[in-house]
Parts: sequence; structure tokens; C-alpha cells
Amino acid sequence: MRLSMDLELQDIPGQLLLAMLPLRDNKANIISVVHHRDRKTPRGTIPVRVVIETDRARMESIRNQLKENGISVVRAGEDRLIEEISVVLIGHILNSDLGDTVNRIDSTGYAEVMDLALTMTGVDDPSSAYLRIRATGKDEIQKALSILRQVGSEKKLLVIEPIEAEAA
Amino acid sequence: MKDIKVSLVGYGVVGHGVVDVLEKKRKLLNDLGLNLNLVSISDHTGTICDPKGIKAEKVLGERTLQNVATSGMKGKEAISSVDSDLVVEVTPTNIVHGQPGLGHMEAALSSGKHLVTSNKGPLVLAFKQLRELADENNVEMRFEATVGGTMPLINLVQKTLVGNKILGIRGIFNGTCNYILTRMAEEGIPYTHALSEAQDLGYAEADPTYDVEGVDTAGKVTILANAIFDMDIKYSDVDVTGITRVTPEALALAREKGYVIKLIGDVPALTVRPTLVPVGSPIAVGSTLNSAAIYTDLSGTITVSGLGAGSIETAAAILSDIISIYRQ
Repeated sequence: MRLSMDLELQDIPGQLLLAMLPLRDNKANIISVVHHRDRKTPRGTIPVRVVIETDRARMESIRNQLKENGISVVRAGEDRLIEEISVVLIGHILNSDLGDTVNRIDSTGYAEVMDLALTMTGVDDPSSAYLRIRATGKDEIQKALSILRQVGSEKKLLVIEPIEAEAA
Repeated sequence: MKDIKVSLVGYGVVGHGVVDVLEKKRKLLNDLGLNLNLVSISDHTGTICDPKGIKAEKVLGERTLQNVATSGMKGKEAISSVDSDLVVEVTPTNIVHGQPGLGHMEAALSSGKHLVTSNKGPLVLAFKQLRELADENNVEMRFEATVGGTMPLINLVQKTLVGNKILGIRGIFNGTCNYILTRMAEEGIPYTHALSEAQDLGYAEADPTYDVEGVDTAGKVTILANAIFDMDIKYSDVDVTGITRVTPEALALAREKGYVIKLIGDVPALTVRPTLVPVGSPIAVGSTLNSAAIYTDLSGTITVSGLGAGSIETAAAILSDIISIYRQ
């Protein structure tokens, strides 16, 4: 599970280390740490955004240890949709119930259509659409793509997927 | 100096290119210790033979061999009766029954002659049988020109990248489709318009089905799968979608988001379909160019691009095959 946390540190030496130690002790994998020195809060604290990968079960322990070290956790939440993919559709997109097409992805719970651009020419001509889909992981992206392929074959839409950067 | 007697079967665009290139490269071949002589050329009208070597100037001006043929023999007969070491098979391709090329290739290999070809059909239909026939008769079968024209791919993988495990190959293997998609993207013109333009320029046939429906690309995917991935697959194992439904609007939407749409063949996925390729990707070449990304375990991804068709260009791939047979 990937989490992002917004912490606030006292503006005195050694605080960042105190914030990191509970992550090490709980074997959390640090993805990024951004120290916003320039955005000091009205309370005089310094915001730090940390992105980590860890088990859900360890989160409570991390929170408690941070608290013990005098670090306040302003926000902690799961970064749900971390992978994204672009897809182009061609066909009678609107007439084949675009709402349903989008909903088939959105209703999975692990993937969502985040961006949609549609170009229509004549009423009888096929329209073209660009979709950006985000999902909770690489496997979920593949599952969302196979749903889209299924929808494509049901609705006679041409689904144009991106080339994969790596060999399968 | 090694004397090599060559029989050329097929005298169309590529056949003319072969005669031309062999003549132009005579000195280079001699420097390599090879004395190549074209001892027979056959087409559907007959065969011209000369054991001392047919002069290029005698045949290059002729569209067919009708006026210069010294015998009424057709390809298969010429292959078995003319004394030659190597057969260059460049007759028109047929992906349904493979003929007449398949018969020519079988005749060449079973009579103990090396085979170099640009003809996809027989290899798509009967790769394994032809490969076995070549092995049984202890001769070479080379077909670099069948995939990606002059773009080095098969020999690159089998010779230069040897030692690598080849994980996959993805690329643009049809110049006609690439031209059409490139023009649609550049000018915002519809498919039918870009197709007529390609036809006017001679890049597309009057009946463009073979190219635009992805048949040609799927044939090349089949050859790569069998030759490089040892898969023993048939054409029908490839999942094929052509480019006829692609719209200029889709190309424009893709462009806005940093993509072009290309007809991509994928081995070992065995798919041919219009695909989003990031602008600036080394395989996103334009015009009639072909390209291929070769994914390897040691060398990472290697990308090549080059002209996929053309008389001299295809003949160049054939020439490199001929030379490589004798330089081992």
C-alpha cells in the first residue's frame, strides 16, 4: 500500500531525523520526502510530505512513534490511483452509451476514468475519444484495459492502447 | 575466388533490383572473394539461361523476359534443370497457398541449393517444413528481405545480438500503413484521402486490403515468431486489426496527449493493431519507414529503422544474405 503523509516539524535541528526513524523502525519503504522550508506554517512549523510504501497494519505503530517523537501528523492517506494509462477509442462512442463505458471502469473500485476528450464529426460518422485511466496498481491497469477491450468488442469500438515500454 | 552460380526466379520490381545490384556490386563481391554469375532468370513468360553469366544490360531494359527468354521453362523446371548453387526467389507473394514461391523454394532446397528470398507467403505458411528441408539437404535458407525490407532485423538478431535472449520485438513492418497514418496525422485528412494519395504515389496497391487490413504485417509477425522465437505458429494465430477505422480526429486527440498512432506488430504477443506510441519514441518513425524495437535480456532495447520496401533496397537485403552464406 502506498501512503502519503503530511507532517509538521518544529523548526529546530534534528527534527527530520526524528520523523524518519519510525519509518525505518517499521520497515516502511520511503518513496519520497519533500521538505517545504519555504512554506512555514503560521504555527512556525515546517511542513514535510512523505510518501511511503508499507503494510496497513504498521500504520498505527508509525503514527504512535511519530507522536512520541513530537512530530504531528496532519494528514495520512492512501495514494490510491498511482498508475495511469492513455487509451483512444474510435466508433459510435456516444450512441453506445458513453456513460456506461466510463461506469464499467469506475465501478471496479480500483480504476477510474480521470480525463475524457471527445471529438465528434457527423452524426453518422464514428467519433473519437481520448481516455486517461488511473488505477491502484499495474495489475489493476491491465484489468481495466481488459474490461475496456470487452466493452470495445460489445460496442464495436476500436480500442487503441499504448505500446508497452517493456517486453511482456 | 569462389565461383557461385545463381538462379533468379521472379522478374518483377525486386528481380530487376537484384540484377542491378549484383552488377553494381561485382567488384565488391570480387574483393570478398566471390564471383557471382546469374546463370538463369525465370518469370511467368519463360527463362533466360547462360552458363557464363547473363549480362545485366541484356535484361534490365526488359519488363518481362518475353523477348529475351532462351527457353519456355518456368521457375520450378529451371531450378531443377539449371546447374546453380543458389536460388534467389522473388516471385509475388501469396499468403493463402504460397504459390508459386513455395514450389520454387521446395525445389531449390531439395535439390541442394541455397535459398535467398524476399517472398513472405511460403515462409508464413510453411516455415518449419522449409527449415527442415534446408537442414536435411545441408543448405542455407535466408530471408532477411521478408521482414522490414532493407532494415536489418533477422540477421541483426541472429548474428549480432547472438548471446542475448530476445524477449520481444515490436515495430512498424508496413510502409504503406505508416505512410497513410503519417499523412492523416500531419494533414488531418481522412483515411480514404490518405489512401488515394498513397495509391497515386505507388505506395499502395489498387487493392490495398493486404496492407491496410494488417495482413502483410501479420505475415511478418508470423515469420519473426517462427524464425526468431521458434514458435511454430500459423498466420491465423495472429490477432489482427488494420488501420481502416482510424480517424484523423483520433490521431489529433492522441497527438495532443503526446502520442502518435502506428500499426504495431508484436512478437511474441502475436498481435497486429493500431497502437499509441509516444511522440519521440525511436520506433515512432514517419513516412514509409519501418522500425523495430528488439527487447533483449543483456543489451536492453535496440531499435532499428529503415526503408521497408523498394527495388534496390530489397535487393540490398538479398545481397547481404547471399554474402553472409558464403562468408561463414
